[in-house]
Amino acid sequence: MATEILMPALSPTMEEGTLAKWMVSEGDTVASGDIIAEIETDKATMEFEAVDEGVIGKILVAEGTENVKVNSAIAVLLEEGESADSAAATSSEPAPQEASEPAAETPAPAAEAAVPAAPISPAYDSTPDWPEGTELKQQTVREALRDAMAEEMRGDDTVFLMGEEVAEYQGAYKISQGLLDEFGAKRVIDTPITEHGFAGIAVGASFGGLRPIVEFMTFNFAMQAIDQIINSAAKTLYMSGGQMGAPMVFRGPNGAAARVGAQHSQDYAAWYAHIPGLKVVMPFSASDAKGLLKSAIRDDNPVIFLENEILYGRSFDVPVLDDFTVPFGKARIWREGSDVTLVSFGIGMHYALEAADKLAEEGISAEVIDLRSLRPIDYETVLASVQKTNRCVTVEEGFPVGAIGNHLSAVIMERAFDYLDAPVINCTGKDVPMPYAANLEKLALVTTDEVIAAVKKVTYR
Amino acid sequence: MAARKTKAKPNISAQELTQYYEDMLLIRRFEEKAGQLYGMGLIGGFCHLYIGQEAVVVGLEAAAEEGDKRLTSYRDHGHMLAAGMDPNGVMAELTGRIDGYSKGKGGSMHMFSKEKHFYGGHGIVGAQVPIGAGLAFADKYLENNRVTFTYFGDGAANQGQVYETFNMAAIWDLPVIFVIENNQYAMGTAQKRSTSSPDFYVRGEAFGIPGEAVDGMDVLAVKAAGQKAVAHCRSGKGPYILEVKTYRYRGHSMSDPAKYRTREEVQKMRQERDSIETVRSMLLTGKHASEEDLKAIDKKVKEIVNASAEFAKDSPEPAVEELWTDIYA
Repeated sequence: MATEILMPALSPTMEEGTLAKWMVSEGDTVASGDIIAEIETDKATMEFEAVDEGVIGKILVAEGTENVKVNSAIAVLLEEGESADSAAATSSEPAPQEASEPAAETPAPAAEAAVPAAPISPAYDSTPDWPEGTELKQQTVREALRDAMAEEMRGDDTVFLMGEEVAEYQGAYKISQGLLDEFGAKRVIDTPITEHGFAGIAVGASFGGLRPIVEFMTFNFAMQAIDQIINSAAKTLYMSGGQMGAPMVFRGPNGAAARVGAQHSQDYAAWYAHIPGLKVVMPFSASDAKGLLKSAIRDDNPVIFLENEILYGRSFDVPVLDDFTVPFGKARIWREGSDVTLVSFGIGMHYALEAADKLAEEGISAEVIDLRSLRPIDYETVLASVQKTNRCVTVEEGFPVGAIGNHLSAVIMERAFDYLDAPVINCTGKDVPMPYAANLEKLALVTTDEVIAAVKKVTYR
Repeated sequence: MAARKTKAKPNISAQELTQYYEDMLLIRRFEEKAGQLYGMGLIGGFCHLYIGQEAVVVGLEAAAEEGDKRLTSYRDHGHMLAAGMDPNGVMAELTGRIDGYSKGKGGSMHMFSKEKHFYGGHGIVGAQVPIGAGLAFADKYLENNRVTFTYFGDGAANQGQVYETFNMAAIWDLPVIFVIENNQYAMGTAQKRSTSSPDFYVRGEAFGIPGEAVDGMDVLAVKAAGQKAVAHCRSGKGPYILEVKTYRYRGHSMSDPAKYRTREEVQKMRQERDSIETVRSMLLTGKHASEEDLKAIDKKVKEIVNASAEFAKDSPEPAVEELWTDIYA
């Protein structure tokens, strides 16, 4: 049967073009792949190939014609033995209509149907992290992280740890102390200094059925690997229609340490929390470090686990339980209060709690919430608290533009506007690269005094 | 470690040769159809066709065993068909429909099939290379005795992460075959303008990875080299590099007018070196197949491709709820 050759679109945005030149004449035999015409758009001249074999029966649009609409018939292709006359009849009417059909179909869903809303977060969960009466022991964040990895590695042979200096050196910050001895070189793997490469290898290993834990010596160096983290680990489940994802953990110290300057002192919480497909957690205490890391290793998604060098040596109560985990998306209320809500996470909690102590001395009762996980975020706990205190100050160490606090402010404004008695204030690091000089570094970081000043402002004291 | 060019050709049955003809033809006709659907506005965005390079994937798949893995860049339709993925599912993904391999959410550049051990479809040049080594890492860890074919182009071969990966693959003896499909143009940049030395297969030397160059327009040469590489990897000797010299007839993507090379260059390649024509004439001159036999194959392939186009047009767009699925496992 005769088929029409249609004016092709050469780019997603092309609507019409010039039929610059015919490379064939009526009566010529063509095969798939033969160049039959040159099409000109405003950007380029492109060659146009036949996709079927046959004889050029009739050329419908002469060369040199401008403004030829995409999908209009430009020639008729005959099968062997067919005549051009019989083809002409078929070619005249129905073509343009049929051809324009797909164009009409395409813009449909986004434009017409309202985009369905994202699922609503679960209701506020106030159950304690461990049952009352559980035995507690004092443990450093460092020990808690190691125990979490060791416990999960004992329970699942597919879990392994890779990174720079994690094995024989026992960890640049000694988080992996003793793991090589217990699990051997197969599962505790020193890598060369090659973040992009080993992050990609770990992503591939996760596609291949393993559960990698990737330690970055610090998250500053993960910028070398961020393409693999975001484009490969976070997006593959979606891009594969749910067929395969990356069950893995990227962990390491994040944020400012002390006197290490601009390239080694950045908080990436807001960067990673921006990305759908990632889960992001940033523990403050040792119990959260342990419970969240165990959850992260078991999670079927890529988890960004942001630690802090300054907190590694701090001790906290950790429950003595066989299998203690902390779920993602559940904030922890460290201190109940009635005058203002302080929301923080990670090392920001240090300033928030210190501020709350000092504010209490002045008769201001602050409720202090540790978000613990930044994706998902426990909005419900924050909103419930703001509805009670009517005031909110956020505290974090990262840069001020596009901060987690900015996002929380927006959510509070949208969902609890009528409850607010004052604008939400975001206490953040300053909008400067981290300076080296001791006095300047102190000024660049968020401080307890700034948190106290912000609270006084929102409580009009 | 000696890098060398191979001339070896395997003994091959008429039946196998006919199968390669059919497999290569399926890719070419499929891609031509994809180009047509793109021209009609049914396929959007970027669409990178594999026309001209068919012998590479068909030859290497002939060297693979069930369970071996493969992954490649965004020029991935040929790899998927050669891996045995359903043309209907691939074409429906190109048109962004629910019956596509990624439910229409991945598109031409991002497609996967766990069942056929096809791990993408990667849109970032070179990113698939460490991922391929990672799949091999998992196989070694799990003691699967599988190899991973990690395909990338001459353009990607200049990415830093490729050499980070070579280093680790060598240190850890990973069973990965790095297949450098050298089609001579990194988008519009000819190899001689982008690459300091003419040969890619020697680029593993610094890491102790053996490599060889292969004529990528000759499916049998590709298969022979593939078998050697597979044997090397499967015996635990670590990675292997194949530089497969091939040629892409079409532009880098559908919107590339390909002005960086002459029409004569392309025509010469098509007329003198075309992998499908070569096998066709081998079959005919060796009297392994008649014109009628080959016509029947042409017809069968055309029917498969036309059916895939119809399937891809008829399959509905994903339901709006799909916007919110598959973000988290």
